[in-house]
Amino acid sequence: MIDRHPWLDALAHAVLIIGVLVVAFPVYVAVIASTHGPNDFMSGLVPLLPGGEMVANYRSMLTDGLSSSGAPPLGGMLLNSLVMALAIAFGKIVISILSAYAIVYFRFPFRAVAFWMIFITLMLPVEVRIVPTFKVVADLGLLDSYAGLTIPLIASATATFLFRQFFLTVPDELMEAARIDGAGPLKFFRDILLPLSRTNIAALFVILFIYGWNQYLWPLMVTTTSSHYTIVMGIKRMSDVADALPQWNVVMTTVVLAMLPPVIVVVGMQRLFVKGLIETEK
Amino acid sequence: MSAIEIAAVSKVYAGGVRAVSEVSLSIADGEFIVLVGPSGCGKSTLLRMIAGLETISSGTVTIGSRVVNDIDPAARNIAMVFQNYALYPHMSVYDNLAYGLRNRGVPKADIDARVAEAARMLEIEPFLERKPKQLSGGQRQRVAMGRAIVRKPDAFLFDEPLSNLDAKLRVSMRGEIRQLQRRLGVTSVYVTHDQLEAMTLADRIVVLNGGRVEQVGRPLDVYHSPASTFVASFIGSPAMNLADAEVMGGSVAIGGQVVARGVAGIVDGKLTVGLRAEDIQLATSGAGVPFVVRYVEELGALRLVHGSVEGRHLTMALSPDLPLSDEMKVAVAADRLHFFEGASGRRLARPADAQVGR
Repeated sequence: MIDRHPWLDALAHAVLIIGVLVVAFPVYVAVIASTHGPNDFMSGLVPLLPGGEMVANYRSMLTDGLSSSGAPPLGGMLLNSLVMALAIAFGKIVISILSAYAIVYFRFPFRAVAFWMIFITLMLPVEVRIVPTFKVVADLGLLDSYAGLTIPLIASATATFLFRQFFLTVPDELMEAARIDGAGPLKFFRDILLPLSRTNIAALFVILFIYGWNQYLWPLMVTTTSSHYTIVMGIKRMSDVADALPQWNVVMTTVVLAMLPPVIVVVGMQRLFVKGLIETEK
Repeated sequence: MSAIEIAAVSKVYAGGVRAVSEVSLSIADGEFIVLVGPSGCGKSTLLRMIAGLETISSGTVTIGSRVVNDIDPAARNIAMVFQNYALYPHMSVYDNLAYGLRNRGVPKADIDARVAEAARMLEIEPFLERKPKQLSGGQRQRVAMGRAIVRKPDAFLFDEPLSNLDAKLRVSMRGEIRQLQRRLGVTSVYVTHDQLEAMTLADRIVVLNGGRVEQVGRPLDVYHSPASTFVASFIGSPAMNLADAEVMGGSVAIGGQVVARGVAGIVDGKLTVGLRAEDIQLATSGAGVPFVVRYVEELGALRLVHGSVEGRHLTMALSPDLPLSDEMKVAVAADRLHFFEGASGRRLARPADAQVGR
């Protein structure tokens, strides 16, 4: 900030407050809707003040699920989503940190080619390659399994690139000092590089966990039995009923419940997350 | 503790760049060798080849009785101190010192004892639990040296360890490194671009230029009889005065002005003459060489007077007590002159060299 004027400050705050309202309003609506009974939505107006059905809504969703939409109880779907998000986040981190380590610290033939291959896949998100990927997964018999849900999503060019950039900022002398101190490649990785990447790993974990949690298209394609439904799919099935009005109160209850785990992850890891994104001192 | 033998070592990078060519050097057990030269002269590359961080293109490096060309850095039993210290940022000072020992499977009690001893020697005991980030530059430098000491290596390798410190700290750390090396008696190779560090630290200086050894010798020998114009201009501050000159029948003329007479043992002809700033005196009689003063640098204990003789730039160091004027007469003792071959810049030996060396 070069200049400080009262009205400039006011303008800045106004912009920020409008931004917060725009982002927060849908969440507010969802939370409010989850406290109403099923009949409050018949009028076509969305209620903006809390209703009195909150406890009943949450209890019924957590125990019974919504039988009319063929959805199982939320507990199972939440668990599926959790397994999927964790597997994707951990898998992506492990694979990408190892491949970045190889690309940065080892001289092997076609190193540059390997890097560019990884980099190019950045341009091919799941949606683009979804048909061939589905064919492969189906042929391997991985439909309706956790492996099928996670493995096709587990390689990450973005994370590899991020770790590569971080490794490039680690001074070479550190590696040389470790070599003289008798640390081989794996020991150097475990004792020096991994602890130094701690905040980066945390930041990436948060991003990737949310990425995994929010997966929609892929789980929709590879799961056909309700035992492997994820929560995001559950919401879709509930709001997309045939020959009936969607029960918005329970849909929103599910939405709020589905929001909680990512919120917990973000809040719990906020300090490391921010550090990982802004830290410059090595 | 071991001697290091470097035999015809060369480093050729991919693409054909010769960083070091055919360097041979015998380093005695316990000796402190300083490799000095301008940037790009190959001094760091040579050090890194001794350390094993660079492969050796040709020639052999022997530490103790082992040829180490194909031996891993860790197995060479050397310790290195880096310019940016290269401390492990996430480890405490204690762990930084202990890391190399743990990797070697040294028993815990032994590690404790060695770290404690090194910490006491370097006066870093109060910081053992801190992280490198919480230390000042000088303290980090000590930790980096501690990491070298605890290993009890055959040789210390220093890669410009003082360049990141401020001037005052550099002087005091220089003294400490020297004392420490004397006390431990470990063979040391030290790389620097600072000729003052080289002069003050070394048992022997190795002056490198363009990947080749220009001169090897004790600091004062190098100072008093530089082997080439390159060494003459690199070692010593201010740099040695160098000027094209002509010798005719024992008298030396710069641009037609005779500056000295009675020079023996030099063949007549054109050459380069060298003269230390402190070897120029004010003429006592009226028969001196005219010297035009351009500007003066006051250093307190002495005064550097920059000027010219017959258009050639010369610097002389005078006592501050002597009066200054725009035009002065100076005198040069013939036995203080250095002669270098005009084309190659190599030193021309004279019978008097035997005494000049003192």
